[in-house]
Amino acid sequence: MPKVPVQFTLNGEEKAEFVDSGATLLKALRDKIGDHSPKGGCHQGTCGACSVLVDGELKLSCLVLAETCQGASVTTAAGLAENGVLHPLQRAFIDGFAAQCGFCTPGMLMAAKSLLDRVPNPTRDDVVEAISGNICRCTGYEPIIQAVLTAARANSQNAA
Amino acid sequence: MGIALQSFATVAEAERALSASGAQYLGGGTLVLRALNEGDVAVEHLVRVTDAAITDIAIDGGRARIGAGVTMTAVARHTGLEAIASAARAVGGPAIRNMATVGGNLFAAAPYGDFAVALLALDATVETGGADRPIEAFLADRAAGKSSPIVTSVSFALPPPGSFRFRKVSRVKPKGVSVLSIAAVIETAEDGRVLAARIALGCMAPRPMRAKAAEAALAGQPMTEQGVAAAVAAVAEGIDPITDAIASAWYRAEVLPVHLRRLLLE
Amino acid sequence: MKLAKEYFADQRQDDLNELGQSRQRSDVPGHVTGKTAYFADRNFPGMLYLKMVRSPHHHARIRGIDVSEAEKHPGVARVLTSKDIPHNVYTILILIQVGPEDEQVLAEDKVRWKGEAVVAVLADSERAASEAAAKVRIDYEVLPAVFDMEQALAPGAPLVNEYHGQNHYMYDSGASRKVRFGDVEKGFAEADHILEQTYLSSPIEQAPTETTGCIAVPEGNDRYTCYTNTQAMFFTLDNTSIILQMPGHKLHMVGGTVGGGFGGKVDVTVEPIAILAAKLTGRPVSFIYSRQEEMQISSPRAAEKIVIKDGVMKDGRLVARKVTGYTDAGAYSRHSPYGAQKGAAHYPGPYTVPNVSVDTWCVYTNRTPSSAMRGFGVTIADFALEVQMDKLARLIGMDPLEFRFINAYRDGDMKAHRQKTEGAALIECMQEAARVSNWPVADRYMKMSSYEGT
Repeated sequence: MPKVPVQFTLNGEEKAEFVDSGATLLKALRDKIGDHSPKGGCHQGTCGACSVLVDGELKLSCLVLAETCQGASVTTAAGLAENGVLHPLQRAFIDGFAAQCGFCTPGMLMAAKSLLDRVPNPTRDDVVEAISGNICRCTGYEPIIQAVLTAARANSQNAA
Repeated sequence: MGIALQSFATVAEAERALSASGAQYLGGGTLVLRALNEGDVAVEHLVRVTDAAITDIAIDGGRARIGAGVTMTAVARHTGLEAIASAARAVGGPAIRNMATVGGNLFAAAPYGDFAVALLALDATVETGGADRPIEAFLADRAAGKSSPIVTSVSFALPPPGSFRFRKVSRVKPKGVSVLSIAAVIETAEDGRVLAARIALGCMAPRPMRAKAAEAALAGQPMTEQGVAAAVAAVAEGIDPITDAIASAWYRAEVLPVHLRRLLLE
Repeated sequence: MKLAKEYFADQRQDDLNELGQSRQRSDVPGHVTGKTAYFADRNFPGMLYLKMVRSPHHHARIRGIDVSEAEKHPGVARVLTSKDIPHNVYTILILIQVGPEDEQVLAEDKVRWKGEAVVAVLADSERAASEAAAKVRIDYEVLPAVFDMEQALAPGAPLVNEYHGQNHYMYDSGASRKVRFGDVEKGFAEADHILEQTYLSSPIEQAPTETTGCIAVPEGNDRYTCYTNTQAMFFTLDNTSIILQMPGHKLHMVGGTVGGGFGGKVDVTVEPIAILAAKLTGRPVSFIYSRQEEMQISSPRAAEKIVIKDGVMKDGRLVARKVTGYTDAGAYSRHSPYGAQKGAAHYPGPYTVPNVSVDTWCVYTNRTPSSAMRGFGVTIADFALEVQMDKLARLIGMDPLEFRFINAYRDGDMKAHRQKTEGAALIECMQEAARVSNWPVADRYMKMSSYEGT
């Protein structure tokens, strides 16, 4: 299998790897770099479990070629906590029982972060729309929606 | 063997590379990589264009030109394209909208391709090989299996305020895959009667189609329950809806008039 | 959360300190930081990827299999057919003596459903495995297929599964699981009204977000570690042991957090073949269903057909209930003989009926094998029973909830299975439901008890 070099920043850290030619960002992250936080649920762009931020934009890493991320800044759920301090979203997901099996959780968190980065005080409808590309099969969406709203409130209180 | 990615600075260079066997143009990746992930072995190398011009949006003299590489998110956020933002927002979830492109949507077979339905109602032209072609002709060629040069942009006259209507119907809320989508540009006279109507349907054929019988039935009518009745009754003329896991052709045909009526009277 | 402690207050000690308390899940910090390890969150050097070649036909005889071109494809390590499987015909519940073995791990002479596994291709990349799989040639003779349970049971229907000899499971009690209590025909004769209704359900896919899969790793000492997302670790271990004719101590099954199951990961479909491939190649093997496979290949909840005939008195008493339930197992048993039997154990529902007759059938068709899913065998049964209860109430002009109070089972009632009812709480549940939903119910029902005065 021919290899191609890729170089990007992952959660603030420089990464340089040779990946299989044609490998997706999801495969590069999981199989090469060892960040297993993005999950492969469908590889079709349907479930959202592989959601990551590429240069601040929410993307499905299963549908992005690793080679096209050259020089980009990639953020995954594994990079949400800073210096061991959980992100308000993570805290709210824990406190609000917003993760049951946990498989959709990293993708949900990234979709929610993408929203809060742009809209710090979202409405419930904003949250529903923001996670509309992420499928959860066991937790149920209501605790997730509530957790995102809770995190947004916590965020804005900290900012005030 | 692995999939090789070839990046080209210009459309012309990419065009040449695409003539090789097993070559496939890569836009936003939401269709092509999906097929590759599902084990499509026909594609051997991917060709993309890095020319920033394909991600341009230009509004000039009441016309909009949108580069083929413009994402749904970029359309939805562009202040000059507010009139049609609802159609761009109807595509996928936020992540898909950050990736899926205007050009790619023209190639999405039903039940996908909701934005192309909007472009059809807008009577857009598709720029391919340096020439603007009517979207109807472009889609007809696609349906006939004819290939075209790389699509570089689409353009259309911005619809008069309030004249563009769009509805995507899905079983999952706030949205999922289309049961059907309807886009319409309806221009009315001062007395409220319809001067001109263009209605386009998604999922009513493998590719977006115009509901010409309904358009004709709407002409000259007021936008009232009685005024739209003939158009609603005629909307199913010539449709051949798809059957998939979302809905049967029968179901789609049954609910189409219901949703057209709602769209027209909203 | 509110605990309604006034119910059964005299029946138990109030010493439950954890109930009603919120406690943080122990696994949730791992979930939100992406640290929870699912079976696939592991990398092994030299890993092979398994791609299954599946039947495109619902029912066909296999006249020949040619894997020569696939074997020559670059990157291919091994191609497996039925000949490679030590014990190719199995059935999961043989572990509890529910036979016969009726399913081939890799199809040998015949395929019985669209999607059945025939040839396994192992290559050093998913792409190479897919390319090679496209080169496998299988010569099929297409046979007539049957998709409907009634048609499958009719004379002259195509025989789906030769290991059974007829298109239904044969229980020790005969063609159906039976419950007989009182005299159901006498009950119908005495009833003021009789209502017979048929209820149908479709298969339902569990659709877990994480697809079914495993990674099998040779440990170099003729032992194999299998990282799997099975929901049934010991079914998997024991069936793998039987299929591979390998003692259990050579098989180390590692489970863990499962990314959703809902019963969809109770069958044994990936581990035996992955471990065999690891053994024959000496390399780690990843066999993970694509989303397409998860939706179309993994076993769904069975389709069911339920015929309920009830005799009811004008005063609301159910006096006779006859149920015939059909469970569509698809082409193979998997867990469906058990599912159908559960149905027999579940009828006539949580009601005391003096005359009951139940027959449940496990039927074979050329559909995707069905299996476990959240309360399989009883969930659809409850749907049918409760819709029937509403219809009966309407028939006699009675409030549907009050109709249920009249018939609810209470402590001491003899059930159709000849077990005395103990610990019933249906009446209290309905009372609480009536209260919180402001559903008006006559006082005498709100004063009833599951155990006082019985």
